[in-house]
Amino acid sequence: MAGFTLIDGELATRRPAVPASPPAIQLEAEIDGDSVRVAPAALRDALGWELKPQGLCRGETCVPVRDRAALVVGAGIDLAAFARALDRPLALDVPERAAALAASAAERTSRLASLEAPDFALPDLGGRLHRLSEQRGKKVLLIAYASW
Amino acid sequence: MALDRSAEDARPYIERARPTHPSVIDTEHVVADLYHVINVPTMVWIDEAGRIVRPNDAQFGTDTFTQFHGKRSEPYLAALRAWVREGRGALDADTVRSHQLLPTRDTQLARAERALAWWLHRAGRRDAAERHFARAAELSPGDWTIRRGSMPIRGENPMGPKFFELAREGVPRYPMERLPPDAG
Repeated sequence: MAGFTLIDGELATRRPAVPASPPAIQLEAEIDGDSVRVAPAALRDALGWELKPQGLCRGETCVPVRDRAALVVGAGIDLAAFARALDRPLALDVPERAAALAASAAERTSRLASLEAPDFALPDLGGRLHRLSEQRGKKVLLIAYASW
Repeated sequence: MALDRSAEDARPYIERARPTHPSVIDTEHVVADLYHVINVPTMVWIDEAGRIVRPNDAQFGTDTFTQFHGKRSEPYLAALRAWVREGRGALDADTVRSHQLLPTRDTQLARAERALAWWLHRAGRRDAAERHFARAAELSPGDWTIRRGSMPIRGENPMGPKFFELAREGVPRYPMERLPPDAG
């Protein structure tokens, strides 16, 4: 077992009042060839998901797992199989011992299609956090720009 | 909301503008992900109840680059003023939905690759970062928050020859462009 970095692309939606930086979680993982295995407790602490008889569960939500044998390997949960079970894209770099797990396209799509503007909290130049939902009651023009 | 790699990159613009509104920095591309932003500038109208009433739209506040992109700012600004002052021009739900650019598995995987690349870069692992920036670009070639946004990070000039190569492929488009600014 050794250190592994996991970047959670859902962090901003799970906890909108908390800044997304840094989004990286450190956990212990076992590497076996291309397979990265994380202890179930570490995965639960990092991402909130737990494997139960009815599937992968987080809060009130459970997702059935079709291929348990791919998901649970020895004492660990295979990270790529976990991502597939939740239909979440995984960028994995085994030699660098790091991965980024994005939100699924289905989740982002349904959120946008609801037309409820997704809430977020971001810092200004002084580091003070501003949350979109603080602007309720006012019209908001959200402008994305950049120095590039 | 600046899609920049640091507050310091955005600072000169914010300080010059001296805005009276919140001006924030999205170094981790959180809002780019939530709203499926694929280029800058992108404008979204959100009403008093927190509902999107005009989806992602590539519009400009000035005519500084009209020669390049062909859009004039005044029709859009007039529509914006009409919305703010008179409540005119908010689009109905069906129209908003039919003009939303929605993410796909590949565009979301590209975001994961970009996030990994960004972390690796900051951890000093430049070669590994470069591989993942390249993979992100392959997966979502139409997302300039990745392909152009990563240029300053990778030591490339975002206004230089690589940018002009990129532009020759075509500028990213939102479905919203099909509507004139003063429709609705």
